[in-house]
Amino acid sequence: MTIDLNPQRRGFLKCMTWAGTAMVWTVAGGVPRSRLIGSAEAATTDFTFVQISDSHLGFDKPANPDVTSTLKVALDDVTALKQQPSFMIHTGDITHLSKPAQFDTAAQLCGATKLTMHTVPGEHDILEEDGKSYLNRFGKGTKGDGWYSFNAGGVHFIGLVNVMNLQANGLGSLGNAQLEWLEDDVKHLTSSTPIVVFAHVPLWMVYQDWGWGTSDGAQALTYLKKFGSVTVLNGHIHQVMQKVEGQVSFHTARSTAFPQPAPGTAKSPGPMVVPAGELKQHLGIASVKLVSSKAPLAIVDTPLAS
Amino acid sequence: MTDMMQPGVIARRLLLRRALGAGAVVVIATRAMAAEQGAQVKIDNFTFSPTPLTVKLNTTVTWANHDDMPHSVVCPALKLKSPPMDTDGTFSHTFDHVGTFDYVCGLHPFMHGQIVVQA
Repeated sequence: MTIDLNPQRRGFLKCMTWAGTAMVWTVAGGVPRSRLIGSAEAATTDFTFVQISDSHLGFDKPANPDVTSTLKVALDDVTALKQQPSFMIHTGDITHLSKPAQFDTAAQLCGATKLTMHTVPGEHDILEEDGKSYLNRFGKGTKGDGWYSFNAGGVHFIGLVNVMNLQANGLGSLGNAQLEWLEDDVKHLTSSTPIVVFAHVPLWMVYQDWGWGTSDGAQALTYLKKFGSVTVLNGHIHQVMQKVEGQVSFHTARSTAFPQPAPGTAKSPGPMVVPAGELKQHLGIASVKLVSSKAPLAIVDTPLAS
Repeated sequence: MTDMMQPGVIARRLLLRRALGAGAVVVIATRAMAAEQGAQVKIDNFTFSPTPLTVKLNTTVTWANHDDMPHSVVCPALKLKSPPMDTDGTFSHTFDHVGTFDYVCGLHPFMHGQIVVQA
């Protein structure tokens, strides 16, 4: 485990842990900066966006019998922001079983925010028709299995799909076609362009035994070496993990539906049932804690021992 | 596709039973019963159990998911891909080829299982 407190190396990222189900990112001076929803900050003119993840609409088990309500709470937090973000990113597992009604509920709830939502699929979103039920709804203008890029606020955003061909060891994978596209996509960008990559399964190896990583994620990152600021946003593991490695910062978001255990702390990565009344705390809605950017980052090198 | 129990198989066995002598009936009846009962694989805590599972040819294997997350059965050698099984969901497949068949959960491929089919 390394904790790098050298401000030169991590200066682009004023990072903190957060306890909100949605996370706001501010790009000030070309530098992405995260802050918590719920933290009291005056509205600014900075470019902001929000990340939500793993809403699992359709899940109704003891870990959270009402995932629709908790998604609503998260979205209410978003709409209550003093400065409305430019858009939302959903990092996958929008639904639990890829059912049309589950996608419809997601579209209805997220649409009510009036914000554009950029998505990538999780493995729970492609269970029907080899992913076509997802692509028919969210795949417009995307390449391959649903990957794409766009520019906003001076940042180059890249949405990657790493759940279509899960490997025998359980890891996510991007595949050659997507890697070639990525290499080409960033080739003509100047190295000062801030890059935000988002995908469902963590691109870095969080915990191999549970498939919490992407087999060819490191290959993707080699194409991003020249950039001074790379921020990687993932979901899938329903908990916050952060790591800074050189100019690349990695973050995983909490779920809006249910928590999962920390790596290796349970027999399986199944939904974690928490005592009644504590769910929102685990989803982070009720308790927002902001850690000063001068404090050490919660850096996690993989894998954690069980 | 040979998923689920095939009524035709049972009917054919009944016909066969009538055609054969008393000695054969016992054997065939036993086999038919085994096929009807089939074999079970439980899914608990992201684990297939038992595995490996050895069965006779033409046994129907039924997977039952007891987790709070969906799982599936994917066996590349058989080009077999089950729909996701939600909690308490099941999936059955009749193994009509002798061999050793490795499978995984399509959603969580770190979950491995194996069915050994013997003549």
